[in-house]
Amino acid sequence: MLGYIDKIKEISARLLEECQVEMVIGFRKGTVPMMNEPHFAKSPAEVENFVWDSNCGINLCNYLTNRSEKIGILAKGCDSRNIVTHIIENKIKRDQLVIIGVPCKGMLDKRKISAMFDGEIDEVIEDANNITVKGDGFEKTLNKTDVLQQNCSICIHRNPVIHDELAGDPVEEQTDVDRYADVREIEALSPEEKTQYFEKLLEPCIRCYACRNACPLCYCPTCFTDESRPQWVAKGQDPTDVRTFHFLRAYHCAGRCTDCGACERSCPVGINMRVLTKKLEKDCLELFEWEAGLNPDVRPPLDTYKPSDPDAFIK
Amino acid sequence: MKIVQIDKDKWETGFQKLTEKYRLFGPVKEYDFHNFKELDQGQVPDLTCLNTRLSPKSIIYPQTEVMFEYSLDENRDDHHILKEANKTYPPQAVIGIRPCDAKAFALVRLNFDTPAYKDPYWLKAYEATTLVGLACDAPCRSCFCTTAGCGPYHEEELDLLLIESGDQYYAKVITDKGEAFLEAAGWNHKLDEKTALKEIEARKQAAEDKICARVKTDNLRGSETNALYNAPFWEAVSFACINCGTCTYVCPTCWCFDIQDENYGSCGHRMRNWDSCMYPLFTAHGSGHNPRATKLHRVRQRFMHKLKYYVDKYDTGIQCVGCGRCVRLCPVNIDIRRVCELMNNHDSLKDTCAV
Repeated sequence: MLGYIDKIKEISARLLEECQVEMVIGFRKGTVPMMNEPHFAKSPAEVENFVWDSNCGINLCNYLTNRSEKIGILAKGCDSRNIVTHIIENKIKRDQLVIIGVPCKGMLDKRKISAMFDGEIDEVIEDANNITVKGDGFEKTLNKTDVLQQNCSICIHRNPVIHDELAGDPVEEQTDVDRYADVREIEALSPEEKTQYFEKLLEPCIRCYACRNACPLCYCPTCFTDESRPQWVAKGQDPTDVRTFHFLRAYHCAGRCTDCGACERSCPVGINMRVLTKKLEKDCLELFEWEAGLNPDVRPPLDTYKPSDPDAFIK
Repeated sequence: MKIVQIDKDKWETGFQKLTEKYRLFGPVKEYDFHNFKELDQGQVPDLTCLNTRLSPKSIIYPQTEVMFEYSLDENRDDHHILKEANKTYPPQAVIGIRPCDAKAFALVRLNFDTPAYKDPYWLKAYEATTLVGLACDAPCRSCFCTTAGCGPYHEEELDLLLIESGDQYYAKVITDKGEAFLEAAGWNHKLDEKTALKEIEARKQAAEDKICARVKTDNLRGSETNALYNAPFWEAVSFACINCGTCTYVCPTCWCFDIQDENYGSCGHRMRNWDSCMYPLFTAHGSGHNPRATKLHRVRQRFMHKLKYYVDKYDTGIQCVGCGRCVRLCPVNIDIRRVCELMNNHDSLKDTCAV
C-alpha cells in the first residue's frame, strides 16, 4: 500500500496536465497520528501534497455528491462501491469521473490502537506489514492485520469494483471471513437483552451527526432529523430521540450500505453504529442475494419489484 | 496565598466529607475514554486522565436544558402559561478540571453575562460551582494552551489548583470558594508557602516547556476583516469538512444554542439544546433562504468567529483555550492550528495585487 503513492501522483498529475479532470480528490498528510485529511489537487504541482498509507480510511465518495465538474478520485474497494451507488442514485455521472482505483489491505483502527496504550501516541511509523507505535515511555510494533478497522478485517471487496486507472496490482480478496458473527450474536438475544444492548450502544451519543455526515449515502437536502414540518424526531438528548435518529438513519441505508466504516470511524465517542447497518446488509444478502455497489447497471432491490421477491414476512 | 498538602491516602476520607456539602463531578473512565460524571457516594475521580473526551462545559451548560414548562389542560388554573421550570442549584464542585477548560468559562461568560443580558441558568449554575483544577504535567501533543492565552498551570476561573507531587497533592487556594472546599474536606495541612511555591514554579516551567504546539495570533487583530473573509484559502480549508458538530460540541468555548418546544399530550416544555454553526439549519431562515448556504460559509464562520470577530469584539485574545479537542476529534483532521496560521500569515495586499 505504501508503494502506491508514486503511481497515484503520476496518474493524478497526468490527468490534470491533460485536462481530463479539473481536480483530483485524495489525501494529504494529517496533523495528528493516524489521520490524513481529504484534499484536492487542481494543478499537477499540488499533487505533490498527496499521501497514501493505512490512514486513508475516510470514504472519499462523500466528496462527490452533486458536483458538476470532471473529477479524478482515489477509490479503495469500499469507496468504489459507494461511487457505484452514487452513479445509480444520480448523485454523480459516470462520465464525470476518472476513478483511480487503489487496491486496499485495510485501514488502521485509530481508536483500537489508541486504547492499547496508557499515554498519548506521538508517532506511528508504518512499513509493509507492521506499524511501530511510539509515545512517552513506550514503543511497540504491531502487526497491521491485528489492528485494522473491524469492517476492513472482514472486507471481501478490497479491490475497486470500478476504475479507469489502477494505482497498484490487485490484492488477494479475503474469502474465509465470517462477516456477520456480531449480528448473529445480537439476533440471538432476547427482546429485553436487545433493548439493553441498544440502550448501552447509543448511550454516549452527543448527536453531532458525524456518522450521518461522514456517510456517502446521507446526502438528503434536508435530513429527517432537521425537518420541522413535521418534526419526525425531537432535538434534545432524550434517549428515545437519540435512538430514533440512529435506527431511522440505518433504515435509510438499507440495501445501500457498503460497510465502509465511515460512520463508526468518525464518531467522537466511539459508538459502533455499524451493527445496525450490518443487520440490514445481512438481511439484503439473505433475502435478495444483494450486495450494494457492485454494478452500476443493476437497480437495488429496495427500489424495484420482482414477483419473486421473498414475502415470508406477510403472515 | 495559602497552600495545603493533601496526602493521597487522605483523599477518600475527604471525599466522603465533601459529598455532604457538594454534588461532586470528576473524570471517570467509561468505554475507552474519560468524561466528567457526577461521582457516586464514595467514588473518587480518576485524575490519571490526560483530559476528558468531552469538555466539562455541560456541567454548567447542559446539552439539553429545560427552561419553561406549560400545560394545555384547561381544567388547570395555570393552563397556557409558560412557567419557569422548577430548578435548584445546590453547591457543586468539579474536581480535576484542566486549566484550559476552566479558563474557557471566562470566555463563555462574555456571552452569558453581559450588562444588557444575564443568562439566569448559566449564571446560577456557575455561581453554585467550585472549580478545583488539576495542573497539567503531561500536556498532549495537540495542546497549544500557552499560545492561546492559557497554560498548564493557568489559574483563571479556578477556585483551587491541585498540583500532583508524588504521594500528595498541593492545593493552591485561589478564592474563598476554594478555601471553603478544603475546609469541607478537612484538608488543612498548611505548607510553608515559599518552599511550596518554589516547587510549583519549577513544575509549572517544566510543564510549559513540554507544550510543543503553538499558534501565532499577533496579526489577527490588525488584519482587515473583509480581506480575511475573502481570502483564497477557504475552499481548501473547508474541503474536507463534513459539517458535523463534533468540533463545536467538544469545544469548551462554543456557546450557541437553539430553543425548542416539546409537547407531550396536554403538557410540554421549552428547552434549549446546543446548536452548531456547522449545521445548515443554524442559519436557515423561515423563508427558506440560508445566508450560510454552503460548507465553505459555515467553516469560514467558525474560524472567523473564533479567530477574528471575537478577537475584534472583546480584545481579549482568541476564542479558544488550546485544549486541542477539535484537533484530536475532527473526523477529517481539520486543524485549527493550521487555519490560524493561514489567517495570521494572510497578506491581503498580495490578494489585491493578484486580482
